Amino acid sequence: MDINQKYTPQSWPDHPETATMEGKNKFIGFWLLLAAETVTFASLFATYLALKDKGPSGMEFSAAGLFELPLVFAMTMILLTSSLTSVYAMYHMKNHNFKAMQAWLGITVLLGATFLGLEIYEFNHYVHLGFGFTNSAFSSAFYVLVGTHGAHVLFGLSWFIALMLRNAKRGLNMYNAPKFYLASLYWHFIDVVWVFIFTVVYLMGVIG
Amino acid sequence: MAHDTHIHVRSQAEFEYAKKKRADEMKGHLATFAIMIFLTLIAFTMVAAGFSAYLIVPIILLLAGIQVILQLYYFMHMSGKGHGMVAFFMFCGMFVAFITVLALVTIVWW
Repeated sequence: MDINQKYTPQSWPDHPETATMEGKNKFIGFWLLLAAETVTFASLFATYLALKDKGPSGMEFSAAGLFELPLVFAMTMILLTSSLTSVYAMYHMKNHNFKAMQAWLGITVLLGATFLGLEIYEFNHYVHLGFGFTNSAFSSAFYVLVGTHGAHVLFGLSWFIALMLRNAKRGLNMYNAPKFYLASLYWHFIDVVWVFIFTVVYLMGVIG
Repeated sequence: MAHDTHIHVRSQAEFEYAKKKRADEMKGHLATFAIMIFLTLIAFTMVAAGFSAYLIVPIILLLAGIQVILQLYYFMHMSGKGHGMVAFFMFCGMFVAFITVLALVTIVWW
């Protein structure tokens, strides 16, 4: 594979992300990483469910009294939409339209940053109410689970931004196509985890 | 990096066909997105409407499961070719997790 090989939409393969041996290896390695991430989040979810509304101290806070759905609903819609915009980015990657891909990735990053901003606002709000990390077993489990997801969002954003900057002048080639593809897979995975967070933590929390 | 890729320049007809196929696929993704938004709305509405927890919990967990399948198969392209190994490992993992939970529940309950 020659990094400097130039492509046109006509010579661009159907599946540039797995057209090279390096791309294939990255692809299988990345799915293995997602499997490991799934186990990580599964254990954090189990911890949260076991410690939900448990003390010994700080029992004045319960999931039913603490969480507010409008904010969570807005965060959910924003993250879900950012999942779609990264699908658009990969659509343009497959069409070998570098500028459109970069633009859609930019929108994805903006939506992701908005989501993260709302999450920081939410955590800040809880801390001001007195629901800090060390408040109770419940608060620790909550912050570790949702915070780990937030850290993944931050990492995903940094990943997208780094790829966009590093490849701004290179354009799309067989070397960086797998990189963009995997970053977008990671972003979808973050959304998959959030689907369970809004269902298990927030919705099931509000109904007690 | 030593693996050279054969460069195949498509004919105009092949190119138009592939492009149309991708555009159709994108329409499918848009429909998937609409379904996911709809499922999310149902989940939030049910909780806001204040139905019984015994009714809501199984339904919203089911909705979450459907959303994840849509994400995996459409947004993450698992419905496309070359995901056999991924699906194999995933189903093995789900099988082991299912057996583990089943065994634990059996031990605790009976």
